Amino acid sequence: MIKDNFGIRKSDIINRRMFIIGAAKLIIFGGIIARLFSLQINDNKKYLTLSDKNRIREWKLPPTRGNIVDYFGNIIAGNLKIYQLHVIPEQVENFNYLISRLKVILQLSNTRVERIKKKKTQLKPWESLIISENLSWDEFSKINNYLYELAGVKPVMTISRDYPFNDIYTHVLGYVSQPNEDDILANEIIQEKFVPGIKVGKLGLEKTLENDLIGINDIQRYEVNAYGKRINQLEYQKGKQGSKIRITLDTEVQKLSAELMKGMAGSISVMDIYTGEIIAMYSSPSYNPNSFLFGISEDEWQLIRNNPLKPLINKTLSGLYSPGSTLKPIVALSALENGIMDTNFKVQCKGKMELHGQTFHCWKEKGHGWMSLNNAMKQSCDTYFYEIARKLGVDKLKVTADKFGLGKKVLGEYFENEKAGQFPDTRWKINEIGKGWVLGETLITGIGQGYTQTTPIQLCLMTAQIANGGYKIKPKILTDDNQLTSEQVKKAMKDNNLYNSHIPLFNDQKNIKIIQEAMFSSTNELRGTSYKSRIDDPKYQFAGKTGTAQVKRISKRERELDLKIFQIPYEERDHALYIAFGPYKNPRYALSIIVEHGGSGSSAAAPMATKLFKLIVDRHQYRKKLPDYKEFNI
Amino acid sequence: MFQHTRLNSDQNFFQKVKNLDYILLLSILILSTLSLFVMYSTDGGELLYHTKSHFIKLLVFFALMLLISFFNIKFWHLSSYFLYGIIILLLIWVSIYGIKVSGSQRWMNLYFLALQPSELMKIGIILCLAKYYHRVSVEKVNSFNSIFFALTIILIPIILVVSQPDLGTSILIASSGLIILWLGGVKIKYFFFSFITFLISLPFIISNLQPYQKLRILTFLDPDRDPLGAGYQIIQSKIAIGSGGFSGKGFLQGTQSYLDFLPEKHTDFIFTLFSEEFGFIGSIGLLLLYLIIIIRIIRIGVISRSSFAKLFCFGFAFSIFIYITVNLSMVLGLLPIVGSPLPIMSYGGSSMLATMIGFGIVLSAKVHSKQAIA
Repeated sequence: MIKDNFGIRKSDIINRRMFIIGAAKLIIFGGIIARLFSLQINDNKKYLTLSDKNRIREWKLPPTRGNIVDYFGNIIAGNLKIYQLHVIPEQVENFNYLISRLKVILQLSNTRVERIKKKKTQLKPWESLIISENLSWDEFSKINNYLYELAGVKPVMTISRDYPFNDIYTHVLGYVSQPNEDDILANEIIQEKFVPGIKVGKLGLEKTLENDLIGINDIQRYEVNAYGKRINQLEYQKGKQGSKIRITLDTEVQKLSAELMKGMAGSISVMDIYTGEIIAMYSSPSYNPNSFLFGISEDEWQLIRNNPLKPLINKTLSGLYSPGSTLKPIVALSALENGIMDTNFKVQCKGKMELHGQTFHCWKEKGHGWMSLNNAMKQSCDTYFYEIARKLGVDKLKVTADKFGLGKKVLGEYFENEKAGQFPDTRWKINEIGKGWVLGETLITGIGQGYTQTTPIQLCLMTAQIANGGYKIKPKILTDDNQLTSEQVKKAMKDNNLYNSHIPLFNDQKNIKIIQEAMFSSTNELRGTSYKSRIDDPKYQFAGKTGTAQVKRISKRERELDLKIFQIPYEERDHALYIAFGPYKNPRYALSIIVEHGGSGSSAAAPMATKLFKLIVDRHQYRKKLPDYKEFNI
Repeated sequence: MFQHTRLNSDQNFFQKVKNLDYILLLSILILSTLSLFVMYSTDGGELLYHTKSHFIKLLVFFALMLLISFFNIKFWHLSSYFLYGIIILLLIWVSIYGIKVSGSQRWMNLYFLALQPSELMKIGIILCLAKYYHRVSVEKVNSFNSIFFALTIILIPIILVVSQPDLGTSILIASSGLIILWLGGVKIKYFFFSFITFLISLPFIISNLQPYQKLRILTFLDPDRDPLGAGYQIIQSKIAIGSGGFSGKGFLQGTQSYLDFLPEKHTDFIFTLFSEEFGFIGSIGLLLLYLIIIIRIIRIGVISRSSFAKLFCFGFAFSIFIYITVNLSMVLGLLPIVGSPLPIMSYGGSSMLATMIGFGIVLSAKVHSKQAIA
């Protein structure tokens, strides 16, 4: 009985204490349910987002670049389907065996194989290893024949930049290649769109208009697991090709320029004298931009880099030359404008001129005799220009030269490597060289030698502004119908049709007419320096001025020897220059030609103008038919 | 006089079958079936190793549970100390010859099962203390000798398990043991003073913790501290549960687990996967199922005649509750990660074996509820 009592008392205690705990249990279960409620009901959205962020990963694909077309819509920088060979390492059973097979099939070099093996170690096993960026069709079909035995090998079709005209547009367009660290750091848009395999502009318009050309990436959304491996594709978001860019150049004229300059160093620029549209802009020699797409080979690069004709320099914009006699129209114009002389003013040329004991030679040793402005321009008499330069003074000359665009960048908004050149005056010399101006320097400045440095495009602009009756124009390389985002380019486009505002560069338009006539004489009258290159048909007839720029001072001995051009070493030969506009009756185009070390302007440069004007005038018919053509009459 | 030595019950087989608790059995069966589906989901929707192995273990241990239930509760009372002693020996054996996995030595290889004696000790401690408090008289419960003896019974396995090291299991063993002390009538003030002492000595305990244990506590306090390292499990688990929402992502649709973001999804984090796929509704359902099991066990304790059966049932019910609470709090980010499985649901033979043995003894108590034990 006693035992039983104990038992009852004990079970009372046990039961009582049990229920205390039971209550505690319910409270704790309630807490857990509250927690579940807070996570799953209250914060459900937050955790759903986090869960999606966990499992969904985006893969960007390289965007397709916008096409660049010439004035007539021909694609000059397009996109080409190419074949690539990728390997997915995790699908490969024996990587070394596979590589040795591929080595045989594609005839890969040992260094290539080493590079591929090194690259493999840097990749995750499910990431594509690019074996070949650009397979030829033969290689591609060969690989496809062996595919059954090459597990993990993936032939891929993708898109690459293509320059169908190879080297003729290189200095205008530049080229694209894989971005380096600087490219990525300098441009936020490249940063944002960067994916392995993307190509970005390295030079020229490809670089300047990068943000418009680059396009929008295609995006693949994949579900991934915790280790980042793709499980399945959820979405494919199509990107957008970059904007199409239309430029003002005419491929036919550009082609002819390249042909004319073949084997020579120099530049040809052609410009519409009213709209400022650049019709051709060719720097010779050029190089093939397609070589850079998949990384240029060391041999090819060395060949380009070490070429003595310097293909890497855009001579049209960055080549600095003494204008030589091509400056004479500006010198004469300045003299007329400042009332230093008139058309009746005459100077006697005896072949040389003495000043303060220094002798200044005319190119014609025997002298030209009595020269008027028209004659002096026609025969390019140096003595006449020494004399009017002396009377004019360099400071007044500089005012006129500045107005016509010498010493200033012409297309600086588009080409960061363009040079401004310089046109000296007395203040410039004190500031830059620290010495006072000497009168003798005025004389040689008057014939385009000395400190004056001009680019071919500046000479072309100068000629165009003389040809259009002396009105200011703004050269342009993009047509007005381009829709662009880049601020600097938009700013440049604002001044596009400057001719319409008729800002005169002259005091008296008669003076411009006189210069035009003098240039006409120089080309179309007997004894004119470019008489041999004239075209009599008024449809093509043009007016021009030759120039021969010395690259070194001619010594007394050399003057006496009177060497023929082939007797002089290449680097010491004169640069040949020619500026012209046409057709003379109703001018529309101006051009400048420079042949480095080509000898005299009349023999090396002027004959090119003949061929160019024939084509340019013929091409005008086609330009006229386009909707954005505008007629101008003086 | 010698009735207590007679282990054969006066009930025949059919009477015993009739006396089983069918609501409890049904709940266990539902839970087992559910666990199979969840295991199937952790295998990525394929009938793979974990699912098959879990199925076989369920089958064997369920049968074992029924077998145990047919033994008279007196038998379990009689063999309590013996079983406790056996498990202590196993723990010692493991500490010498056990298999070492990721730094802790907890397992013994039985070829068909990697047995973790510390899991068995969760039941062993209840059996042993239930027998002790069944025998000790109410007056002596609070005597020094009695409390000292009880604490010694708890401390021996705790020391062995902590040294494996396995803090999580040792805490569970300790709480299972202490609850019997509580039920047995140890004065509330002792619990109160011990708790105060524990709080005071907490800094000292923390300074003696293993670096990884300290890291777990720090991570629990701020999971975002190191989101890809120590906090990863808690964060991913919370994301999975939270993204499940009201009705879940659907069976086999749990992206977090399917895409391997969930760590240890077969074992400790099984509830995370379940909750991701079945949502708030499913989780409440699972909790209800556990609650029914616990209530049935308590009910069996209430109707049992002997103190031993009562103590065991209440103690075991409390243990089940503690396992669930600790596991859920852990995956819900309410407690540091201590490594405790969810009964029946989690993959793992030892935990399931221990739980099924527990159920078996409870069912034995039910079948033999009229049985008095001297």
